[in-house]
Amino acid sequence: MRERLEQLKAEALEHLKSVADAKQLDELRVKYQGKKGKLTEILRGMGGLSAEERPVIGQLANDVRDAIDSAIGAHNERFEREETERRLASETIDVTLPGRKMPRGAVHPLTRVIEEIEQIFIGMGYRIAEGPEVETDYHNFEALNLPKDHPARDMQDSFYITEDLLMRTQTSPVQVRTMEAMSGEVPVKVICPGKVYRRDDDDATHSFQFNQIEGLVIGKNIRMSDLKGTLLHFMQELFGSDTQIRMRPSFFPFTEPSAEVDVTYKKKGATEAGWLEVLGCGMVHPRVLEMSGYDPEKYSGFAFGIGVERIAMLKYGVDDIRHFYNNDERFLEQFARQ
Amino acid sequence: MKVSTQWLSEYVNIDGVTPEELAEKITRSGIEIDEIEQRNQGVTGVVVGYVKHKEKHPDADKLNVCTVDVGSGEDLQIVCGAKNVDAGQKVPVAVVGAVLPGNFKIKNAKLRGVASQGMICSASELGMNDKLLPKDQQEGILVLPENTELGLPITQVLGLDDSVLEFDLTPNRSDCLSMIGAAYETAAILGRDVKLPAIDLIEAGGSASEKATVTIENGDLCSHYAIRYISGVKIGPSPQWMQNRLMAAGVRPTNNVVDITNYVMLECGQPLHAFDADKLGKDIGVRSAREGEVLTTLDGQERKLDPSMLLITGNDRPAALAGVMGGLETEVTESTVNIALESAKFSGSSVRKTSRKLGLRSEASLRFEKEVDPSAVIAALDRAALLLARHASGSVAHGIVEQRSGQIQEKRISLSLSKLNAYLGTDISMLEVKAIFARLNFKCADSAQDIIEVQVPTRRGDITRDVDLIEEAARIHGYDNIPTTVIEGPTTPGAYTKSQAVRYSVRRTLTHGGFHEAITYSFTRPENTQRFTAFSAGTHAVPLAMPMSEDRSVLRTSLVPLLLESAQYNRNRKNANLSFFEIGKVFHASEQKVTVQPVELTMLGLLLTGNRADGTVGAASRKVDFFDLKGAVEAVLDELGLQAEFRADAPDGFHPGRSASLYLTSAPSKRIGVLGQLHPQLQRDYDLDDTYAAEICLDELYASATPEIEYRDLPRYPSAQRDIAVVVDLTLEAGKLIEVVRQSAGELLEDVSVFDVYTGDRVASDKKSVALALTYRHAERTLTDEEVAASQQNVVTQLEQTFAAELRK
Repeated sequence: MRERLEQLKAEALEHLKSVADAKQLDELRVKYQGKKGKLTEILRGMGGLSAEERPVIGQLANDVRDAIDSAIGAHNERFEREETERRLASETIDVTLPGRKMPRGAVHPLTRVIEEIEQIFIGMGYRIAEGPEVETDYHNFEALNLPKDHPARDMQDSFYITEDLLMRTQTSPVQVRTMEAMSGEVPVKVICPGKVYRRDDDDATHSFQFNQIEGLVIGKNIRMSDLKGTLLHFMQELFGSDTQIRMRPSFFPFTEPSAEVDVTYKKKGATEAGWLEVLGCGMVHPRVLEMSGYDPEKYSGFAFGIGVERIAMLKYGVDDIRHFYNNDERFLEQFARQ
Repeated sequence: MKVSTQWLSEYVNIDGVTPEELAEKITRSGIEIDEIEQRNQGVTGVVVGYVKHKEKHPDADKLNVCTVDVGSGEDLQIVCGAKNVDAGQKVPVAVVGAVLPGNFKIKNAKLRGVASQGMICSASELGMNDKLLPKDQQEGILVLPENTELGLPITQVLGLDDSVLEFDLTPNRSDCLSMIGAAYETAAILGRDVKLPAIDLIEAGGSASEKATVTIENGDLCSHYAIRYISGVKIGPSPQWMQNRLMAAGVRPTNNVVDITNYVMLECGQPLHAFDADKLGKDIGVRSAREGEVLTTLDGQERKLDPSMLLITGNDRPAALAGVMGGLETEVTESTVNIALESAKFSGSSVRKTSRKLGLRSEASLRFEKEVDPSAVIAALDRAALLLARHASGSVAHGIVEQRSGQIQEKRISLSLSKLNAYLGTDISMLEVKAIFARLNFKCADSAQDIIEVQVPTRRGDITRDVDLIEEAARIHGYDNIPTTVIEGPTTPGAYTKSQAVRYSVRRTLTHGGFHEAITYSFTRPENTQRFTAFSAGTHAVPLAMPMSEDRSVLRTSLVPLLLESAQYNRNRKNANLSFFEIGKVFHASEQKVTVQPVELTMLGLLLTGNRADGTVGAASRKVDFFDLKGAVEAVLDELGLQAEFRADAPDGFHPGRSASLYLTSAPSKRIGVLGQLHPQLQRDYDLDDTYAAEICLDELYASATPEIEYRDLPRYPSAQRDIAVVVDLTLEAGKLIEVVRQSAGELLEDVSVFDVYTGDRVASDKKSVALALTYRHAERTLTDEEVAASQQNVVTQLEQTFAAELRK
């Protein structure tokens, strides 16, 4: 019996060596270890053994079973691993294919600039004031120290609707309306963003419709140096903390003294920053204060105005103002980043 | 204003300051210098020569061989092709080694076998602007005056070594529309003195009052009118130096009389006009034109006059449009002998109106419009008379014939030093302030402690109050020297208003949903105001009085047509899939003929067209439809915490079966929006594929919007889910089904939604099957099957009774 067991072990292990797949392996397992398998068959003869031999042969039989089990286990593991590898290989995808698009829309670049500037001024304690786009001649001009026939009206040829109504040429009338609404109260601290309209032939840098943001501060002891400080902070927030500004004397009918403001700006491809004119400003003209109910001997104020398109063109390197109004999808989608 | 630095240096010493430095200083002090023009375009080695002989070239008909003396002691032989070259002329000669503009170097040459030692030049070969040359110099070589010194560099003769600064003047600085004004400005900036031209006029002959009378009828439009009578003038060219200066200033020389009036205008800022006195007549009047009067102006145009226009008349006949342009009939010509020279102060607004009305703008009207210096009227008149005597052989009659109203007075303005410093945030001393006004040539005197009295010269009409003086002080002190400070006083909180915050979050909601924000024009074509009238019905569109084009002639009444045009623009560029929104104003007038400001509504417009999921691998591409648009509208409403109803409707411009109107649940009778597919007819008109659009009035949403998040506790007990499918009439709206479900299911119903709609073979052709998912829940306990079943039964019964619905098993 001992020989038969040894022989069985040798035969089984020999057979297992050449097993090719999981199915063959299972057949062999049944053949040797199954309920009707060869080992069971041999062990049926255990009854005829002596009491001394029985444990010895029993032990041997267990060893044979373990050896065959272990060999089957090893094969099994190999087949499973191979099977997994095959499955994974078949499941491989092309990761270079495009991802499924998540919707991503863009806030218009002009709105982006307006919102950015609004946030800067909200941070400085300003409110946002709004007003009508169809204005009275009084609010758009006269209350801003531009009486009819004033030569400075040449500077801004306007779209009139009637003799007394026109498309606002600046957002300054919102300042006038704000002052009227505040009826002499201080402090006034607002910015007024919005669309304005001037008769201009459209080209790469001119548009008959454009956006402006004006600011107005009125209070006790508002100084021109405060205006300079405010604008320096504004420009540094907008263009970076190393931005410098300079003021040049200029003329606006509604401010006195008046100034144009240049900022340091490095153009694309330039090695050094140069000065670039970006806004107009000044101390609110006493006539303007008077007309809107503020005593110029008691209060003073400053005002400034900036063109949104110009800033957007500078910030994003857009070279044609008309792009802002054509709404070409290929243009707009570039501004989808938050 | 073009300011020749050479000319400027006659009135103010600019030695030691380069034109570039001067331009920078002037710019930083308030007058932008746009450009510095070099009059010398690259001429060296060209000198004045004398043509001694001229002979025909032996082998070329059109060439001449000239013998030219350039003062070097040796005559030059020069071949010249110009028709007008002749013996006895003084001409510019580019000798061998000379360079002409364009780096054209003159060498010894042979022309058709004849040696040529240089070139006789035309004005344009010397780089001079053709348009500014006197007519007789525009062709052929430049013939110089006989008395021009031989051998002199031509750059000196023509004043070419000159830089011209282009002053870009703001409307308040019309004082710098003159060389003297520019000199005062330069002097103030450099801290140097101004030297005015001497007027040592010698009067001769009779008295002017015997030759002319002046009557102003319309004193409010002309405060001063003055005439000098100059007899015996000889018309001819003006001196070369004067022509040079005129050309530097951009004015073309004509003849001595015209050139002198222009020269003095450029010098003093006071326009002058010379009449042929014999044609004008003795009695000169200033009056408004009469209805029906006509005048042929210098440019040969017959002008119809009206009573708003101010005229100069000779013996009551129209002779000139005051301050705008002279008449042809009284023009100075070659045969003119006696001149009535006018200098006046006309009302700026009157000149402005007339020149606008006639579309006639001149150097004179430009200056009158901005109000000329009243002190310059007589000074300029005398200066011109002097020059006419000197350069046109004129004899100036004794006295000035004039009429004027009012006195010329220099304004006195009190200025407080403490106000100045408080206004600017500076710490300038009284001494410094006085020094600044001294530089500006403003006299000042102490008035009281801290206060000075400043006397403003009449040339600075722009300065009327103390803040104007503060600006003068600040700009001469230097804006760079104003410190930067922070506003003092109480701080104020900054924030968006509710409506601003609503618009901000609507933008975010839509961009997160893939919509791009568009901005269109507020002006549109009239047809566009006849469409999409949901919000404009019963109102009128607002037309512009003078539109730039028909396409942009009225204010938009709806955003939709503008968005459709954007879609068209994109379609033409093969951008087929669009999701756009716009937030902007529309304009509705209550009156046909607008007299008051129109109503401005802030609208949200949406546009969808093309496909969803185009260009995505493994996802089915499909056309956008109504429900994509509705989903976007719902997202906006949800963002704002608003409950709304969509009611089937056929708003103007939309597909009648695929459009709806929107109502807030809280105000169910007020339409706040429309949405749907564009009407197929309009789709064709705009040449678009299936397009969906919506327009919502944001003004109606602000009040009830609740953008804050309202948190609800999570449920503690499980829900029970029941689905039913009912077969109903094809036309029955799902919304009506849901309404009945809500009413009949009882309080336990938490939610009900449609999850499928089937039409097809398995139901009758006029029926559809609607599948509904019902969710039941009790807040405080788990529901029993019996409770849910009872509610379900009730729902089914109600649906059967109300809609003859048939439960699908």
